[in-house]
Amino acid sequence: MPAVLDIHDVTVAYHRKPVLWDVDLVIEGPQLAAIVGPNGAGKSTLIKAVLGLVPMASGRVLVFDQPVASQRKRIGYVPQRESVDWDFPVSVLDVVLMGTYGRLGWIRRPGRAERERARDCLAQVGLVSYERQQIGQLSGGQQQRVFLARALAQEADIYFMDEPMAGVDAATERMIFQVLSDLRKAGKSIIAVHHDLRTVPQYFDYVVLLNVRLVAAGPREQVFTPENLRKTYGGRLALLDTVGEVLEAGPR
Amino acid sequence: MMLKYNTLIVLAGVSLLGASAGMVGAFAVLRKRALTGDALAHAALPGLCIAFLILRERNVAAMLLGALASGVAGIMVISALRRWTRVREDAAIGSVLTVFFGLGIVLSKYIQNLSNIGSRAGLESYIFGKTAGMTRGDVYLIVAAGLLGLVAVALLYKEFLSISFDSEFARSLGWPVYLLDLLLMSLVALAVVIGLPAVGVVLISALLIMPGAAARFWTDRLGTLLVLSGIFGFAVGLVGTWLSASLDQLPAGPIIVLSGTTLFVFSLLFGKQRGILARWIDQRRFETSLGLRHLLRIAWEHQTEGPRQAAPFSSADLLVRKTWTGPRAKQLLASAQSAGLVRPVATGNDLYELTPSGRDEALAATRGHRLWEAFLAEYPDQANSTVNLASLSIEDYVPPAVVEQLTAQLQAAGRWPEDRMRAERSRESLAEGGAR
Repeated sequence: MPAVLDIHDVTVAYHRKPVLWDVDLVIEGPQLAAIVGPNGAGKSTLIKAVLGLVPMASGRVLVFDQPVASQRKRIGYVPQRESVDWDFPVSVLDVVLMGTYGRLGWIRRPGRAERERARDCLAQVGLVSYERQQIGQLSGGQQQRVFLARALAQEADIYFMDEPMAGVDAATERMIFQVLSDLRKAGKSIIAVHHDLRTVPQYFDYVVLLNVRLVAAGPREQVFTPENLRKTYGGRLALLDTVGEVLEAGPR
Repeated sequence: MMLKYNTLIVLAGVSLLGASAGMVGAFAVLRKRALTGDALAHAALPGLCIAFLILRERNVAAMLLGALASGVAGIMVISALRRWTRVREDAAIGSVLTVFFGLGIVLSKYIQNLSNIGSRAGLESYIFGKTAGMTRGDVYLIVAAGLLGLVAVALLYKEFLSISFDSEFARSLGWPVYLLDLLLMSLVALAVVIGLPAVGVVLISALLIMPGAAARFWTDRLGTLLVLSGIFGFAVGLVGTWLSASLDQLPAGPIIVLSGTTLFVFSLLFGKQRGILARWIDQRRFETSLGLRHLLRIAWEHQTEGPRQAAPFSSADLLVRKTWTGPRAKQLLASAQSAGLVRPVATGNDLYELTPSGRDEALAATRGHRLWEAFLAEYPDQANSTVNLASLSIEDYVPPAVVEQLTAQLQAAGRWPEDRMRAERSRESLAEGGAR
């Protein structure tokens, strides 16, 4: 079975300051994986480097044992919500339809099949009745779900998500997680940047601990330990409290 | 007759250019490249002059080619400054625009001072635009370029949409975003350069920006926005050219821009979707419906739960509960009365009671209000995300099970409003039915 993701020797630097340092990471088999680390650890950058959105100073990335450029149709992407202008004159359905653009190729417009597919994806995130609304009229949690629906419309085999649960309420977070675990059950892989240490054990079965360099990666029960978290976050007291809380809460 | 035909052709040509520039420009604005188009236009002037200086005669095609070359050079300098230095984009655009334009002005003055050929260059018309002297060949060129722009936007709608809305996502699909950007800017450059003889370098960017900006007030959908931008551009080109042709001594550029401004201001005021008037009416309507709901709820609480039950209420009773002004309270009472929700008990004494249909509405408003209150107390984390307090009906936003739970909670606390009068009436009628 090929590795779903194989990152080797990846270094990324902005203005000569490294934000990712010598990262080696192999994820075998379908996983629901969280990328965890402090602010400025390079979590988003790692995803962007994999997708070729930021230039790498060195390294190479394989997806399903192939170069990323040849696997674009099998890759789905959920960027951070803040990365776009929500005042843009498009409807909810228009945005979800963008997920079908990759398969459509150049010039061809989405037709009825694509629209049905997009509605289907909106239904999965509970936004069917919103399809005609301008995207700026939605709440933050709903906008996040629109992005998720767009990724679903990509019908990918591996999804990269940049904080898909940032700024959403508890109910939306559970709904998003339900969608992710359904994907995982269907044999897809999800690699998500996750900001909330407390919910990692509840939602994810694979953990990547990152702080510029890779600290540890593997099945959650082996990797998500106080020892590793201390290595990732340093010995700051407030964080250690959080870590303590996490471990008391235990796995789901 | 021949002259008239010529005028018609010029009108058609500039209008088509307006339509094309409007649509291409709408995308440029959405991609946040509007100022780049302006810089391109200003940077075109030196190329125009240099082409004339080399050929020493007024050859429109060569001069426009020169304009295109120096315009594109300007864009490349901006792009290089942004990419390789720490100069910010706005500063880069500002410097390139002024430096190139300054150079162009110097060159054009030099040409105009050349004793033998200077007057033949007709450079004035390239700075402020002139439609009167256009030949039929110029117009055919404009038509060809305009059609090319329209066809390109129609074909690449989906591609331009993705790079304008979310360029990172487009790149994650493997699309050549840089190339598409280049293509979009080339279309802008084409519209600018072809429009130069008619509109001039100083004001051509208005033809790019104004139609799209005006159209945004009328719609929230991109397809409609593009069509409207095309129509607006067409209208601005048509009216502007026609006016400047009839007012012979005035340059076409400023007239076209002024027509565009008129359209823009009109849209700003009266645009259906985002115009000032539409927003104001919408706001007033919302305030009135919210005010009516408050009024009904207060009336309900006064008539059914207050110490003096079934007593009529006055506008003073409303002012005890709300910070409305006296006239506002009277105004709301009047609109409630005309909607048949309340009626005066007797004429002229400022005492009102709920009508039967007013009772139903008031009951619903009171229930809705208390349900929202209970919901916010129970689920504070969802205050921002799911709650739409502008909506009367909580059922539209919250799952039925939660509504039931909140209802039970209110009933237990004795805060669930019931129409006792009606309940008694139906009990009586039941009893009567039983007695028969």
